[in-house]
This record gives sequence, structure tokens and C-alpha cells, in this order.
Amino acid sequence: MSLNRRTFLQMTALLSGGLALKLYDLPATAEPPRPGSANLSPRAFIQISTGGAITIMAKNPEIGQGVKTMLPMLIAEEMDADWKTVQIQQATLDEALFGAQFAGGSMSTPLNWDPLRRVGAACRQMLIHVAAKRWNVPESSCTTTPNRVLHAASSRSFTYAELATEAATLTPPALDSVPLKDPKDYRIIGHSHTGVDNPGITTGKPIYGIDVEVPGMLSAVIAKCPVFGGKVRSFNQAEIQSLPGIRHVLLIAGSLSNDPVVSSNPGMEPGVAILADTWWQAQSARSRLKVEWDLGPGATQSSANFATRAAELFDAPPANTIRTSGDVDTALTKAASVVQANYAYPFLTHATLEPQDTTASYKDGALEIWTTSQAPGNGRQMVARELNLPAEKITIHMTRTGGGFGRRLMNEYMVEAAYLTRQVGVPVKVLWSREDDFGHDGYRPGGFHSFKAGLDANGKLIAWRQHMVTYGVGSRYAGSAGVSPDEFPSGHVDNYGLYTTAMPLWLRCGPLRAPGSNALAFVGQSFLDEVATATRRDPLEFQLELIGTADDHSRRLHDVLALVGERSGWAKRTHSPGKGMGIACYACHLGYFAEVAEVTVLDGNLIKVDRVWVVGDIGSQIINPAAAENMVQGSIVDGISQMALEITLDAGSVQQTNFNHYPLLRMNQTPIIDSYFLKTANPPTGLGEPALPPVIPAVTNAVFAATGKRIRTLPLQRSGFRLV
Amino acid sequence: MPSTQLNVNHTLHTVSADPDTPLLWVLRDILNMKGTKYGCGIGFCGACTVLIDGQPVRSCQTPLRDVGSQSVTTIEGLSKDGTHPLQIAWQQVDVAQCGYCQAGQIMTASALLAANPHPSDAEIDDHMSYNICRCGTYTRIRQAIHQAAQLNHKS
Repeated sequence: MSLNRRTFLQMTALLSGGLALKLYDLPATAEPPRPGSANLSPRAFIQISTGGAITIMAKNPEIGQGVKTMLPMLIAEEMDADWKTVQIQQATLDEALFGAQFAGGSMSTPLNWDPLRRVGAACRQMLIHVAAKRWNVPESSCTTTPNRVLHAASSRSFTYAELATEAATLTPPALDSVPLKDPKDYRIIGHSHTGVDNPGITTGKPIYGIDVEVPGMLSAVIAKCPVFGGKVRSFNQAEIQSLPGIRHVLLIAGSLSNDPVVSSNPGMEPGVAILADTWWQAQSARSRLKVEWDLGPGATQSSANFATRAAELFDAPPANTIRTSGDVDTALTKAASVVQANYAYPFLTHATLEPQDTTASYKDGALEIWTTSQAPGNGRQMVARELNLPAEKITIHMTRTGGGFGRRLMNEYMVEAAYLTRQVGVPVKVLWSREDDFGHDGYRPGGFHSFKAGLDANGKLIAWRQHMVTYGVGSRYAGSAGVSPDEFPSGHVDNYGLYTTAMPLWLRCGPLRAPGSNALAFVGQSFLDEVATATRRDPLEFQLELIGTADDHSRRLHDVLALVGERSGWAKRTHSPGKGMGIACYACHLGYFAEVAEVTVLDGNLIKVDRVWVVGDIGSQIINPAAAENMVQGSIVDGISQMALEITLDAGSVQQTNFNHYPLLRMNQTPIIDSYFLKTANPPTGLGEPALPPVIPAVTNAVFAATGKRIRTLPLQRSGFRLV
Repeated sequence: MPSTQLNVNHTLHTVSADPDTPLLWVLRDILNMKGTKYGCGIGFCGACTVLIDGQPVRSCQTPLRDVGSQSVTTIEGLSKDGTHPLQIAWQQVDVAQCGYCQAGQIMTASALLAANPHPSDAEIDDHMSYNICRCGTYTRIRQAIHQAAQLNHKS
């Protein structure tokens, strides 16, 4: 599968609910990156020293998804390198050289699976060419073993090191022309390899963005208005300036767009920057800072008001029609029975454990940046625009990143560091406090859904009406707050209507791991369970029938669902009070996942998630199996964690300030997780996101099985439940 | 700025800093030991865990003035060459995703194994549930602690 950037945008837009486009809502650069395999050169990715060391470049940001290990494995496999001798080096940002360099949309695997294997294969071809010429034998008579070209007929061989200097003078073959290995011959792909940064992580090496030190650097904190976009009227500059270690106290006027639909990258928020010799000095000085804020238009917003308004809007005709088929309203009036329910979910914050940070150094008209961004190319555009600098004057280094989850697809911390270093003329590290991070995220948007399903006399689903009350203006949505016309079960029900109405919101929203899907799976799969229950059908059988196998997309979802049923013993589950199993499935980010949760609900509505079964289809090959298992386990923990979390607004301010208000799942709450990949004849796709969405409805459906109580509002506390 | 003597990883350092400065920021920004991580600043996440006289403490909640002559051990000093059984096990089990919390996890686990060389799952859960892993690697953290206990036993 080869994907150009435009196809990628279209695909992710489709598969993640029309949302991924929001990640890329900046104006296109004059010269867009060219990620097509034809333009990549082995020279950019591979160095072989005459001493035998092989260095492979890791092209994309490492945010914990494992690409710093996995992508070089693709190259090493096809060049037939000995993985034990391979050194991995993080690439700087150079999309003309490396193709698209970002971590988002679970796209690292699908965009690189083919091109990077071809890069490795082209390198192997060049080494074979040199060896064959030296031996004066046909290239076709040569083979390779790790780090060595062989001529079996004459029992001769060269190491790659012996061939490297001469091979480096060759013009690389066209990537589309090089043969690729038969997967049965893989030595690296499909075998588990531990993370290349494990030694650094376990010994405390300075490998994260927060660890960057540049000589002469100052550390900065930026105090922003508790209400999004509020402006500074006045502040006690002289007092702060006099505190120990303080070098600069600056007003940031900001550059926020006035667009009433706040983009996920809306420009710099206003604030007061405090720059000191050390971060703690800056942070301590901030506790003495007194700012009079102009709170601006967001100051009257509250979560309670949004919920009230959503309930009113449910009773009004929807503003936007996303998709219809048949005649849903007539079908509902004629249906033998109608099931109706309203669902709601809150804003969430990303809470990457490493808060946002970037270090920047401006000197002689050029800017050097060390950043944790997931989308450094977009960040470079933003910095160039904000500072009115040519993009080619901006060098970007990618550090290891303490968690992404979509947060770092937004780049304002990078802009802040760039802005400040140019203002003060020395290098600056911007580090947000945890409270800054909670208070100024691009949040997962909350949402409200009103459902009606119509069933005929035989219990067949004949009508599905879904009205989503979301955030935005008219038909323009806040970041990640839209819904795709392909949202399941559209296309599977004869009479179907999917509608939205948007409420104005003056707050930044953006992509959180499996954007859109992480909420839409909860509401859609929970309501479907309600419908199945109302018809007295088994939820698994009911949904298998609904999905069907009419096309490849449906078949893949159908098959993972059927298999998770088998693996979890769904058909033979027993019914005992306080215990239950729930099932759900979802397709997003090119992956297909079905999950079963088993819960115990204790007195006081305390939910213990005992066990989760996962079956996923992400194509023909799991590239790094142990890392893939880890990613699935993390997705399950993350999804269950989300069920107890919320960000709420009161008087325009986010009320949660730190982890004491945001109880992430702990080790003693972690279920046993059984994960399995169903391999299908499809190109491998990504795993950062698609395993997460189904676990939430699997748990709520299990709670229903255990208690007869439906959880229609998250977080769980707002439905009277708690996780233990 | 007052100067303070600080014993970190068996080395005495003279530190010029306000005595109210949290140990975390002394380690990171004055001694340039970046292994100890800032996560929340309120003692809630455990990313900043170090040992003081063998006991796990939150360095973000420990002002420099409270450390005195006690012995501080950070991830950089857990072993001379990265071969503490927990460090080996963490690498072999491939625990980390983003890895940011793992220094704090390892330091917390080291105090557990020092007191209880062969903890059960429940004992591990009890001891480790004060440390957040945002990536959700808890299953592997538990597995790595068991593996380190085995390595300890063999050595």
C-alpha cells in the first residue's frame, strides 16, 4: 500500500470521524513533504562504517509508541543487518530527506511499512552490486546473511563493512524496483526487540525534552489567564523582577485568532513570562505574581450550562445533517418498538506525564529548537509564521518524549520557546508546570448524544437516529468535535439519520488518542447493547448480524468480534449476581478491535475490572510483537482510566489542576489483559490508537450485565459508580 | 545564596541554593542529574521518587533544608554500571513505553525488594500503586519486579 500525504489525510479523516484533518489545519507549505517511497534514499537512513558499525536513522518522534525501535527494524530486515550491531540515531526534522515525520493518527506503520523496507532492500542491493563486481560474478548468484554478502558457489564472502565505502559511491536503485523478502524469511520483523532507549531510560540518561541543557540557557514559566485567551491588564512586574534569579519578566500579548471556532492550534495565548537562572526560581517567583486579567468572552462558560443547553437542543430540530438513508423518522413512527436513550461524556485532558516543554536558541537570524512535538513540521510552520522567519532558518531536533496521546500534535510550547529566545537573545527552556498543563490543554471535547432505535416485529433493527450535540459554530466544529458520515452503524441500517448541533465554545479542543472514536465508541456501542437487550438478543450475535460480511471493512470487524467471543468464552458465560461480561467493537485508524470486559460490581456500585480480552486485526504482520502487546495493554489501561476522569469548566476556568483531581488508573486497578492479533492479508497498520475505544463500552456493558444498570454518562461518578 | 552539603550517590556536593528549593530541582538543575523526573510537583505521581537513607521519598516534596546529612540515592546511583537487577529486568521485560515514569518506578521498587526480596503480586500492587504510569505499563512493571527478584536470588 502506498499512501501519499493527501490520501493519508483523506483516510484518517474518514477513519477517525472527520477529525484528523484538524491536526493539520495549518496552511499548506509551499513545498509539501514528499513521503512517497520513490524519493527516499538509503544514504539518508543508513551509515555503515568501515569498522563494521551500522547506524540507522529513526525518522519519527518517539512518544512511547515504539517507533524509534520499530521503524529501523524495517530497514534492518531488508538490508539484512545484524540487529545486535545496529545503532539507532534519532533523525532531525528534514522531511525532504526522510519523508513525513510526525507521530499521529497511528500512521507511522502504514506510511512507512513499504518505503522503509525498500530503503533497506536498496542498500542490500548496492552492497551486493559491489561484491559481485569484485568477484566478477552475476549479482543474482549472491545472497546475504546478517552483515555479510555471500557467494555460495565459491564459498566467498565480504562483510558489509568491507563493501561500504565503495557502495556509498553508487547511485541507489529506484526503490520501486528492488525486490523485497518473502515474509517467511524475516529475521527481525515479527520477532520481539526491546526498546533501543531502554538502557538510557533505566539509568536516568538525559534523553527527554525536559532534560535538554544549552549553555547560557534561562528557564521560563508562563502564567496564563485561568480563562482561555484572557488578556493581561496589568501585573506587578517590578516586584517579580527583583526576586532571586529572575532575569526577565515579559508581557506576552499573544497572537490568538479571533475565530469564534477555536482551532487546536489557535496561536499563542497571552500571559506573563518569567525567565530565571533555574526553573524553580521562575516557578517560585510566579507564586508572587499578581495579574489583573481581562477574562474575555469565555468567563461565563460552565459545564453545567452546556449540559442544560444540550438537553434543550435535543428537543429542537438538529442544525446539521451528516448522513441519512431511507426515512428514519417515518420508520421510527412505524416501528414495532422504539428504544431511546441519551448519553454524555466530558472534556478530558491529555496529562502527558512529561509536561509541555521546548528549548530554543536564537542566534544571528537562525533558530535551533529541541522539542517533544509529535508534529514538528507543523510546529516549524507555526514558529516561522509567528516570528516571521524563513522555515529553512529553523533547525528542529526531536528528543524522546514523555508521552504524546495527541497533546503534542499541538505546538504552542514550541512557539513560546522560540518567541522568548528571540526576545531575550539567549537560549530559553520553556517548561510548563503540571497546573499549566491541566489549565491550558487542547482538551478532548465533551459531547451529548440522543439516540432512537426502531425495531420491527421480529426484533430487527430498522431505524437508527443519532443527534450529537457538540461544540462549534454552525457546521464548523471545535478540534476533534465532529463526526464522520461513516460512523457505525451507518450503512448497516435501512433508515438512518446522523445529525449534529454545535454549541459555541471558547476553549481549545484537540485530538486525544483515538480522537472522536474514544467517545463515539462509548455511546454507539453502549446504545447498541441496549437495543440488543431490548430485543432479548445476545449482544454478540445481534451485532455480528448487523455488521455482516458484505465488504472487506465489515468482514474484518465481524471477524475480530466473532473471535473475541470465542476467546473469552462469551457463549458459555455464567450469570452470577454482581459479575458480568460486556462486549464491544470498533474500527478506527485502519485497525479493527473487539473487546470483552469482565467486571465485579461490589456493594456501593464499586466496579472492579477483572479481565479484558482483546482481539485486533492490524493486517498481515505484527512487526514487534512484545511491543505491540505492551501497546494494547496500555490502551486498555488508558481507556478504563478515562472512564473515571473529567475536566469541568466553571466561570470559564478548568476546575481540575493536578493529578489529585484526575485519578489515573493505578497498578492495583489493572485487569488481566489477554491480547491476540488476528492476522489478515492486509498491509500492516498502526497500533497507537485503535485498541482503546472498545474497552469503554465493553466495561459499561459488563456493568449492565452485572447490575441491570446502564451507564449513560461518563465519568462513572456521574452515573453513581466508581472504579476500585 | 546559602551553601549546603548534600550526599548524593555516595558523593558529597556543595550546593548553592535557597534551602526551600525542592530536592528534585537541586538534583536536576544544580547537580545536572536529569534522571529524576518532574511529573506533578505535589507528591502524587511518583516520577520524582528517590531514596533517602534507603526509603522512597518524593523529591518534589522534600526541601533541601530537610535532607541534611542523609544519603540520597537517585536512578543514576542505583548501580555503578546500570546492572542493578531491576535495571536489567526492566530492559529485558521491555517495560517502558514513553519511559518517563520509570526511574521513579524503579526507585520505588528498589525499596520494596530491599525490604521484601520476593514480594507477591498483592505486595507489589500495594507498594507500587502510588506511582502513576500514564502509558499503563503496570502489568510489565509487576513482571519486571518478579524477574528482578529472581535475578537477585541467583546472584
